[in-house]
Amino acid sequence: MSLESIKKGLQVTARTQESPNHQTTPAFGLSLDAWGRLVLIDAEGLRHVGVEPVRAFPLTDPSHWISLCDAQGREILQVPSLETLPPAVRQILEAELAAREFTPVIERIVRVSGEISPSDWDVETDRGTTRFTLDSEDDVRRISPTRVLITDARKLRYQIPDIRKLDVASRRTLERFL
Amino acid sequence: MNDKVEDATGGRETLPASWGETLRTQLEAGETALAWFSPDLSQDLQYQSSLLVLTHRRLLQGTCPRDQKHLPAETTWHSWPLSDELLLRTRDRAGLGTLELIGPNERLGFWRYTIGRTQSAHQFIDRFESLVRDGKDGPDSANESACPSCGAVLLTARANCAHCSPPSASKTASSLLRLSRFARARGGMILLGFLLTLTSTAASLIPAALTEPLVDRVLIPFESSGTGRYSTVLWYLVAMTAAYVLAWLLGWARTYVLAWVSERVSADLRNQTYSHLQKLSLEFFGGKRTGDLMSRLTSDTDRICNFLSINLLDFATDVIMIVMTVCLLAYRDVYLALAALAPFPIIMWLVQFVRYRMLRALQQGSRAWAAMSSVLADTIPGIRVVKAFAQERREVDRFRATNDHVLNVNDRVNTIWSFFGPMTTFLTQAGLLIVWGVGAWMIFDGQRITVGALTMFLTLIARFYTRLEAMLRMVQATQRAGVSAQRIFEILDRAPSVPEPIRPIHPTHLEGEIELRQVAFRHGSRSILSGIDLSIRPGELIGLVGPSGAGKSTLVNLVCRFYDVTDGAILVDGVDIRSYAVSEYRRHIGIVLQEPFLFYGTIAENIAYGRPNADRSEIIAAARAARAHDFILKLPDGYDSLVGERGQALSGGERQRISIARAILIDPKILILDEATSSVDTETEREIQQALDNLIQGRTTIAIAHRLSTLRKADRLVVLEHGAIAEVGPPHDLLKRSGAYSRLHRAQMELVAGHALQ
Repeated sequence: MSLESIKKGLQVTARTQESPNHQTTPAFGLSLDAWGRLVLIDAEGLRHVGVEPVRAFPLTDPSHWISLCDAQGREILQVPSLETLPPAVRQILEAELAAREFTPVIERIVRVSGEISPSDWDVETDRGTTRFTLDSEDDVRRISPTRVLITDARKLRYQIPDIRKLDVASRRTLERFL
Repeated sequence: MNDKVEDATGGRETLPASWGETLRTQLEAGETALAWFSPDLSQDLQYQSSLLVLTHRRLLQGTCPRDQKHLPAETTWHSWPLSDELLLRTRDRAGLGTLELIGPNERLGFWRYTIGRTQSAHQFIDRFESLVRDGKDGPDSANESACPSCGAVLLTARANCAHCSPPSASKTASSLLRLSRFARARGGMILLGFLLTLTSTAASLIPAALTEPLVDRVLIPFESSGTGRYSTVLWYLVAMTAAYVLAWLLGWARTYVLAWVSERVSADLRNQTYSHLQKLSLEFFGGKRTGDLMSRLTSDTDRICNFLSINLLDFATDVIMIVMTVCLLAYRDVYLALAALAPFPIIMWLVQFVRYRMLRALQQGSRAWAAMSSVLADTIPGIRVVKAFAQERREVDRFRATNDHVLNVNDRVNTIWSFFGPMTTFLTQAGLLIVWGVGAWMIFDGQRITVGALTMFLTLIARFYTRLEAMLRMVQATQRAGVSAQRIFEILDRAPSVPEPIRPIHPTHLEGEIELRQVAFRHGSRSILSGIDLSIRPGELIGLVGPSGAGKSTLVNLVCRFYDVTDGAILVDGVDIRSYAVSEYRRHIGIVLQEPFLFYGTIAENIAYGRPNADRSEIIAAARAARAHDFILKLPDGYDSLVGERGQALSGGERQRISIARAILIDPKILILDEATSSVDTETEREIQQALDNLIQGRTTIAIAHRLSTLRKADRLVVLEHGAIAEVGPPHDLLKRSGAYSRLHRAQMELVAGHALQ
């Protein structure tokens, strides 16, 4: 199979892009194969199957610095910014990233058992109501003055993007842990 | 011995005054004293002052008869003409130094001195050597850190000499006064608080003063003649209630204002202590226990805050109250006032009596408390070792022992206090009885006072003595706070031992050329490095090898200016590093240590520790160069993952690569690798080695390594042995020579071979 024919087989191809830091993303193509695996074709035309997209700064800067890694976790290439990608590539990438992330957004804290850890939390999230166990106060982490990330005993994470938007009762409950 | 006389050489060095005159009588015409050294022990190790003087012609020795050092006229003198066959040498051991004068056939003389004079002894030898060997007087190596009055070496971090300055007296009270420096910034609020105290106290005294007219003009007339109405009493009650309400409101405002101020004063104190602590050199931290330092910063400042907000406030109120009461009493009747105040001096005497006992016990208490926190600070981070060696029982016992000590000391405080408290209560009651007795007598003795006046006296004096009792509790609080203040000022008074130059040079760009000129470093009497001469080209990779204790780490610490050299100089780009602004100089140095330290924070923050404003692409580039990028991406939060204490667990190799990325990011011109790969396995070492290869590109690197294999790429190896350079050269050349390096190399190869055989 020639290099040319591979490239023709691509659904979408990204051209060299200018990143916000004037770094360039090498030309690459991204597609999903019949088994739902992400396929990357790099600038040299090499085909990588089963690529994993990873955000380098998932909390502080989720839309920049996306790495595409092979099955062993080695980085193949890095996308400095999602915004500069062609819409089609960006769509695939964002969908893949979203499918790998499960961080429910807590909308209301219904009840927290007890003053001391470990405590059970009943919460309403954007994905439905759930209950989780918090091991210690250290697992409630303030990322910015208004943004909070909670890690439960099973290492599942929940986020509160803006504590000011919580209702008063939930906020009061949360403040005991901050 | 503080007054000194300048000698004939033009005041370069000063001689103890008691020696000046008598020495002059010994010198021949045209002879001048070049250098002097004063051994402080006799040959049989008794304290005795003597003097060695070096002139162009002779070595002179003067000895005072024992116990008569203030009569220099009786000094006996001895001298040796200089010749190049003479040799001066020194030995020191366990705090005792011996200086020997060796002639061609025998030892001509020896002198003994205590550890403090070691440095002067070395300087004296240097002057002697240069005079005898080179025939000329060497550079004046009068060291600034030698005490001008006694010649003893000053401990680096201290401003004045422990030998000369008077022993430190109890400074608790003055320490508390020094707190006023921090209070001055909040002067306005303090004044407001004081005014509120004054008015609220005055308001609270009004009801007591109203008891006199109430009794004399309303109650007694009614009792004796049936005149007057109850509504008058109500008016008095209303006035009294109003006064109490006023006192309450003012007291509320006062407490709030003063608590606000004291909270800020102690926060300022904490901030300043911590920022001063950061300026102190590693030497200081080496000699201090972490737990102790932490307790100074936290519980001691908190105690001061409590003292300022609660005790001092009460004290001020009480003093004002007492003064006002005394004035009121004296205004009404001087004699009764005097009688009522009779127990007061006894109580004051008791206060003084207890004060000193309390002070000592409390200082002990503070130390015991610090010892207890130190045990915690020791064992909690070292819990793995404790468990591994199954020493939980012993650690519990160790803690119990220090806790018992705390208990004992507190028991002593309580013993004093339990006697003292009830004693003052008793004296208070006695004061009341005296007022009853004297007051009643005065009423019977021709109505010198009214019943109302007596009632007022009793009300006031009861208040007076209850407040006095509370005031005495202040003794304890003051002593506690004083001790705390002393412990904090102990930190604040410490001068950084790596002083900032007066006119610092600000290095903007360094080439990375390092030159060590006759560098020597002594720690106390122990000579750690001596006579190190080495010049390193920009970009060169120098491997520093040698057995443990050879001074490798000390040498790099000197290059980083964690300490200053005792002798000689270190020049970077031809400028003595002591002339650079300390923190700006260090900004050009990257360090990768054996045990990488990660702070609590995200990986990105840790990498950007030396350059907090680095942008994300730079952080990623640094992590890539350090071969850390891939494993960071595998962490659930990537670069946003928390590490450090309480954070994500990382392996030793991963932590090391993060610390390498940290060094890469600041792009230093000089790089120090202190055993950067020795705490990891060979596989990880290879990864780290690749990261390091990226790091050392284009930088002057000094790498310490135990595994000689890691230094194959070094341009030159420097072999240190016993604090001196044994060999220098490219690895291959050194291997061919059968010197120190090839010996080390062979030993390691045998070790590896031995492992292979097993």
